[in-house]
Amino acid sequence: MIDILKAIAAKIDEEKDYLTELDNEIADGDHGVNMAKGFGAVVAKLDGLAGKDIGSILKTTGMTLVSTVGGSAGPLYGTAFMKAGAKLAGKNEMDGKDLVDAMEAAIGGIQMRGKATTGEKTMLDALCPAYDALKAGIEAGEDMKDALAKAVKAAEDGVEYTKTIKATKGRASYIGDRSIGHQDPGATSAFYMLETLLANI
Amino acid sequence: MVGVVIVSHSQTLAEGVVELAKLMASDAKIVAAGGLDDGSPGTSFEKIYNAVEEVYSDDGVAVLMDMGSAVMTTEMVIEAMEGRKILMLDGPVVEGGVVVALEASLGTPLEELQEKVDEARDTKKLDN
Repeated sequence: MIDILKAIAAKIDEEKDYLTELDNEIADGDHGVNMAKGFGAVVAKLDGLAGKDIGSILKTTGMTLVSTVGGSAGPLYGTAFMKAGAKLAGKNEMDGKDLVDAMEAAIGGIQMRGKATTGEKTMLDALCPAYDALKAGIEAGEDMKDALAKAVKAAEDGVEYTKTIKATKGRASYIGDRSIGHQDPGATSAFYMLETLLANI
Repeated sequence: MVGVVIVSHSQTLAEGVVELAKLMASDAKIVAAGGLDDGSPGTSFEKIYNAVEEVYSDDGVAVLMDMGSAVMTTEMVIEAMEGRKILMLDGPVVEGGVVVALEASLGTPLEELQEKVDEARDTKKLDN
């Protein structure tokens, strides 16, 4: 889990300019820089968490993001990681069913914190279809990697879908119809996380 | 006296609201929690947490926030301080901040402050 989080941090850092550019087009242009700052702080803590269970690692990740991101992604991803961590408390390994449960808890946390649902041009438009695909795959008996590959594809399609809709949540909702045609930065960062998870399990 | 915390993405905006409120209510317990630790734009869990602590008493604390993460981060601070008397107020940060500081300094209880903010929001500035 520590290696996966480091890989996510590296990916976010690599894409921070692009994420910021996407955010600049429709909102306040802080997403990439904020996320890179938050995950940079997470990386600084990870080595100290060696040997801890997955739940504790994810919980610390969430709390660190809340304290360091500074934009909406802080409370949203922070709550998501904390909820996922609570679900995986005490576990040192994660199977497909665990991943489904963790993702369900994470999405529930984001919906609760952001009072958002799908179709509002947010990270949920990547995460919810990904969760549905993952759950369907695991329930059909697929191994975790195959099911997660479908989830990543669903998230990618979800990011594409955000280009076609108007933002009704978050800062981007201030520009209304003018947000159509632009890809949502939150959905994009969520896709990067899932893609990186797939590449590292 | 109820304490008041102004949460904004901008440090200068939050401090400005406090400055304005103090003109009307110099003895109000009102503090700013704007921007990140280094002063750059954003909302900081620690800054909000520390601000609430600074003005906290048994009378409670009212918090006015600007938008987005200011609201969500404040919610997380309140959850972390579970059991304390802290209330988020919904309304304009500038007018609401001034009214709440004034009312709090006059002894209005926490439970009645949302009503005062609603009045501030509904007060027209122009005749038309």
